[in-house]
Amino acid sequence: MPAAKSGNGRVEVRKTHKLFINGEFVRSESGRAYRFEGNVNIPRGSRKDLRDAVRAARGAVPGWAARTAMNRGQILYRAAEMLDGRRAQFVDLLGSARAAQKEVDNAVEALVWYAGWTDKLAQVIGATNPVSGPYFNFTIPEPTGVVGIVAPEEPALVGLVRRVAPALCGGNALVVLAPEKTPLPALTLAEVLATSDLPAGVVNVLSGYRKELLPWLASHMDVNAIDVAGCTPDEVTEIEKAAADNVKRVVKHAPEEMSPYLITAFMEMKTVWHPVGV
Amino acid sequence: MAIAKRAPTELAKQTFEYAPAPESIDHIKIEPRYGLFIGGKMVAPHSKKRFPTINPATEQKLAEVVEADEVDVDHAVKAADKAFEGWSRLAPSRRARYIFRLSRIIQERARELAVVETMDGGKPIKESRDVDIPLAAAHFFYYAGWADKLEWAFANRKPRPLGVAGQVIPWNFPLLMLAWKIAPALAAGNTVVLKPAETTPLSALLFADICMQAELPPGVVNIVTGGGKTGSLVVTHPAVKKVAFTGSTEVGKLIARSLAGTGKRLTLELGGKAANIVFDDAPLDAAVEGIVNGIYFNQGHVCCAGSRLLVQESIAEPLLEKLKLRLGTLRLGDPLDKNTDIGAINSKAQLEKIEELVESGVEEGAQIFQPECKLPERGFWFPPTLFTNVSQSYRIAREEIFGPVLSVLTFRTPAEAVEKANNTPYGLSAGVWTDKGSRILWMAERMRAGVVWANTFNRFDPTSPFGGYKESGFGREGGRHGLMPYLELV
Repeated sequence: MPAAKSGNGRVEVRKTHKLFINGEFVRSESGRAYRFEGNVNIPRGSRKDLRDAVRAARGAVPGWAARTAMNRGQILYRAAEMLDGRRAQFVDLLGSARAAQKEVDNAVEALVWYAGWTDKLAQVIGATNPVSGPYFNFTIPEPTGVVGIVAPEEPALVGLVRRVAPALCGGNALVVLAPEKTPLPALTLAEVLATSDLPAGVVNVLSGYRKELLPWLASHMDVNAIDVAGCTPDEVTEIEKAAADNVKRVVKHAPEEMSPYLITAFMEMKTVWHPVGV
Repeated sequence: MAIAKRAPTELAKQTFEYAPAPESIDHIKIEPRYGLFIGGKMVAPHSKKRFPTINPATEQKLAEVVEADEVDVDHAVKAADKAFEGWSRLAPSRRARYIFRLSRIIQERARELAVVETMDGGKPIKESRDVDIPLAAAHFFYYAGWADKLEWAFANRKPRPLGVAGQVIPWNFPLLMLAWKIAPALAAGNTVVLKPAETTPLSALLFADICMQAELPPGVVNIVTGGGKTGSLVVTHPAVKKVAFTGSTEVGKLIARSLAGTGKRLTLELGGKAANIVFDDAPLDAAVEGIVNGIYFNQGHVCCAGSRLLVQESIAEPLLEKLKLRLGTLRLGDPLDKNTDIGAINSKAQLEKIEELVESGVEEGAQIFQPECKLPERGFWFPPTLFTNVSQSYRIAREEIFGPVLSVLTFRTPAEAVEKANNTPYGLSAGVWTDKGSRILWMAERMRAGVVWANTFNRFDPTSPFGGYKESGFGREGGRHGLMPYLELV
């Protein structure tokens, strides 16, 4: 539960929850918030916040994509370390039951698993192609660019980590919409990522009303792909219509999926030809 | 460089005399009217509407084909749906054998197919004969071999076919695009309803005959002719589980919107505005040939055409001299002549589109160059065209022209070349010419395009995945990757 309790006469220092944009924790430019359980205020991100987040992500793509695969793996592993270090806090956020412990463990496991994929993916998914002619020809996966992630409400932590980790693994920069009803795990995960050596802008997290943010994320012309794991069928239909404007990739894998095919769902295959000769 | 000091227009006037070398057409039999290929045979349509398909080089009518209506499309999809159970459960090695047969019959009937392709579409016979048809046969041969090896293709997953695939293809490589669509679909165990382009239906109808000759089980392949409306009926039919479209970005977006929320699988191979980048250390003569092949191949009716030439400033002048000189030697004319380099524009509508865009280039301030070139009196023709003094904001530098029109821009540094190359919503292909290996890889890494040709251009192979980034579409055709859109991985 949100840490609002006080005991033994101690007056707790509460945390102001903020959006995470371009490596900084900021309030919504709109100055708005919505009241979450008890006395917790959640920033109500605006269309302009979303645009700022997309711009930050776009700026972060070249640097992140150019990191070596091993370096990206180390940073994802670092995120697993940071999350594990805050285990108690996340268990508390998720309701303290055994299920909560299990969920945090699974989230850590997802980060470790994808950390190990960064430098193996191209070997498993890429190819050299035996073309009929004197050419060397190879195919490699590359990040698609800026990816929007609409994480499921439940399970709020592992559901999100299972989408964020593969998209990061492939070298994309992300704009994450925190679930309206369960925003705290996402906003707190931003604190984990902020201390994991991820370059600024690689992950941006927005909270707010889904209906105020989702249409603009789906129609944004500088977003290359959108993961709809947390969307209703009606929302998916609207997203698919809007996504057509810039031929956005709409990723519809099962919410619990963990596989290299989910990494490549956020990637493009590039094929390079060169003549062979003396 | 002595040659470059002479005015290229003067040099371009040098003419080489060639005797006509027409390809024989006496072995070609085109029916006056065609029906639809549904359930393993040519059937009379429900639709009463027919339209002519003409030879764009002569404007003569070749045949009449059906504009399939809702009832016809429904028949075709139902035939495919009915055939799906048997085809998907057929022993994979037997499925492979049918597809091998298709490949072999295409090889056996190669010249017939090439001639019909050239007559119906206007492309030079040397291209249909040496590129389109051999590649189509190779594509079927490649995917035939996959049919009984699917469980080796995707690690840790069980492949399952999807059902009926609805496929809509363009007019620039009619039989080759048919092969790109049908071969992987069949190998994966799906059945197919394919709609060929309005202006080039004949090679697909010949392929229907090939399916019968191969004794392919009825309904596995169905071919319905028509225009955009027929295509829309195919992709939106509720029993179609998978849609594959190759064509313009505009229509691709319409299709994507029309499929929103249906859960149908979709792959799109759309337009392009590829940069072909020439550095100052490139072998210029080879680069000139690559530029010519990049934009004048198939009259520039190529989605991955190198329509923007980016040349390093220091060599712009000598390169352009050589290029202009080379344009003067391109032979435009009868597509059935074996010496022809540039055939007819595919249709009147396409010619008008090219003319309109070229006009916009002149109006916006670009400098036009066209070699002296006599156009035949009948038919649709456009001379090889080159624009210099082009700004990135001009329409000819931004929009896909889909014609033999090259826009030339310059750059100074590799970073500037990358910036300009990627300054487009498209991302299908790119070219780079340089002698420096490390620079090739550096450029290849940075260009946002699905295919990068280094020191070559417009090469295709069934083993080589092809497809776009950004608004050039998604999904790959060719190679192991080309199977994925036709399979559910359980």
